[in-house]
Amino acid sequence: MPSPKRQLLSGDEAIALAARHAGVALGAGYPGTPSTEILERFSELGGYGQWSPNEKVALEVAIGAAFGGARALATMKHVGLNVAADPLFTVAYTGVRGGLVVVSADDPGMASSQNEQDNRHYAVAAGVPMLEPGDSQEAYDFLLAAFEISERWNLPVILRATTRVCHSYTVMQPRSPNGPPKAPKFERDIRARVMIPANARPAHKRLRQKLTEIAEWNETCSLNCVTPGDNQLGIITSGISFMHAREAAPEASVLKLGFTHPLPIKKIAAFVKSVKRCIVIEEGDPYLVEAIRAAGIQVEGKAEIYRFGELNVPRVRRILNNDASPEPAAPPGKPPQLCDACQYRLVFEVLRQRDCIVAGDIGCYTLGVLKPFEAMDSCVCMGASLGVGLGLRHVLPPEQARRVVSVIGDSTFVHSGISGLVEMVYNPPADGHVLIILDNGTTAMTGHQEHPGTGRKLGHEPTNKLVVEDLARSLGVKRVHVVEPRLGSNEFERILDECLASRELCVIIARRPCILIIKRLRELEHCECETKEAPCATK
Amino acid sequence: MRDQVINVVLAGLGGQGVLKASDILADAALRTGLDVKKSEIKGMSQRGGSVTSDVRFGRKVLSPMVSPGEADYLLVLEPTQAEATKHYLKPGGVLITPDAVAVDQLPNKKSLNVALLGALSRHLPLPEVEWLGALREGFAAEFFDANRQAFLAGRAGQHPQKT
Repeated sequence: MPSPKRQLLSGDEAIALAARHAGVALGAGYPGTPSTEILERFSELGGYGQWSPNEKVALEVAIGAAFGGARALATMKHVGLNVAADPLFTVAYTGVRGGLVVVSADDPGMASSQNEQDNRHYAVAAGVPMLEPGDSQEAYDFLLAAFEISERWNLPVILRATTRVCHSYTVMQPRSPNGPPKAPKFERDIRARVMIPANARPAHKRLRQKLTEIAEWNETCSLNCVTPGDNQLGIITSGISFMHAREAAPEASVLKLGFTHPLPIKKIAAFVKSVKRCIVIEEGDPYLVEAIRAAGIQVEGKAEIYRFGELNVPRVRRILNNDASPEPAAPPGKPPQLCDACQYRLVFEVLRQRDCIVAGDIGCYTLGVLKPFEAMDSCVCMGASLGVGLGLRHVLPPEQARRVVSVIGDSTFVHSGISGLVEMVYNPPADGHVLIILDNGTTAMTGHQEHPGTGRKLGHEPTNKLVVEDLARSLGVKRVHVVEPRLGSNEFERILDECLASRELCVIIARRPCILIIKRLRELEHCECETKEAPCATK
Repeated sequence: MRDQVINVVLAGLGGQGVLKASDILADAALRTGLDVKKSEIKGMSQRGGSVTSDVRFGRKVLSPMVSPGEADYLLVLEPTQAEATKHYLKPGGVLITPDAVAVDQLPNKKSLNVALLGALSRHLPLPEVEWLGALREGFAAEFFDANRQAFLAGRAGQHPQKT
């Protein structure tokens, strides 16, 4: 009989549940596939979860909570950790008092990302412990373990998941929640937390000493386990690749590494010695195989073609067979597109008609690059539309420079476009510049999360609202226009033409709520009216 | 059957209820005490793109993904998506398309996803009570009746095409 506690949860949901059971006092992040659902679920379960303007701020808030002695969680997609890398590298030196776990949700295969960077390298570069779950049970168990490890060594810990772990639903059973965590309390520790060089030099040595101790401890850690099998074939693997490998080679002996930085090298060496042939099966970069070989242990790796994209059972079979021949291409599905009634369609039509050179950004509106618009010329990372557009303006011949516009969404603008706008004001190109902020009142691409410009917090409750046009004016932009792009109105076109001709610094805020949230907005607005008189009954 | 893993791929376009259907299927299997895994790529699903969801169940399931050529059943909510997903079916696997149900007779056309689950259910060793339990849990109370009717219509319906 199934236990009543058996649940089918996604990896993200399991992490959220574990965060509640671990007594996490604060979870902060910025939405990003495949990590978004963690904080949403954590909040639904009664935890305090918040969206921050970007991942750097989110991690800094979590660091502050951990300095205060509370358990804190920061969640982000892989590229979000680039934004948060600055605090990560130095909090490894300062250490923490309450447990601090950073969830990095990587996206091998780029289901919804601009690159497929392998964030396991961050654990090495920053010198922090890293755990890699392979299913929802492990996502749950490893988050609990990560807090224990974090508090045992007073270090931040990376929980590195991937799209298939975050978004696959697998059966798991929670453990009994821990007792209430220690109450937050400030304890001054200036030498540990104020990273002037005099304090940082010994802190660096402390960090490396901790890592040496952790590596030794990891040799007998139960998060790394051997599935015994035939000694003809040994497989070393981690994360979701374990599942594919067990299915592709059920007879093999398998060493599954759950705690993948710092690595248990002696355990690995003993395993390799116990089998005739040993091959490392890992998704993404050859992280494990290179680290193992660097320790002087001979193992086989995968062919270069398997660095790209996700692994699955057939690909693992090919790796085991040393088959690096070209793989069959999957038939194309229907690509996503801008919604039929999306206000951005009009914007991109207008930009195309004028042959604008469009420095684009990250969000739904990146789909403006596809037919029939093909009205985007670059998309690099969150916020890059500003800097890239300005750089183009600075160097292109005038007749081209004057056609350059930067296009960014509202949530992306708040995330990392604001400093680009400061750059525009500080280093204005000779012929000015035009920034178009597509303000649909939500973080649409990741599933309609709130952000500082919506005036609502993660759970949609009202808060202070960042007014983008006021911000632009306060920075010194003279031409700030707010316009509603609508069929049958040429107002957007007229303003854009004026701005392009003005050769000044211009910000056009094209504002109209995303059609997919209009119903929710009405409910929220209705609810907010009601609460002024009486408590609202709806959620 | 308990040692064997059953592989189902569900495919359609964003907004058709592919993921809801796979939730119901996975829950019905979970309720029988089997191991279940469900995996999908949904990042762009709200923008009308292709959506597929893999559901695997049996005594012990390892990879959450159905391998090409290994799906026992392919359930397609939108006929145009059959071409893009047919390579998942194993030789002799069963393709279930909207033709498997009389769409016009459904109480609500939005419940096509559930009606097709009914058609799929004829092939699967999952008791009806578990399906209905999953439907009851998976939908708001006011939609349960329409979905139960759609499911039962699909379950009673004509034979699906064989590939």
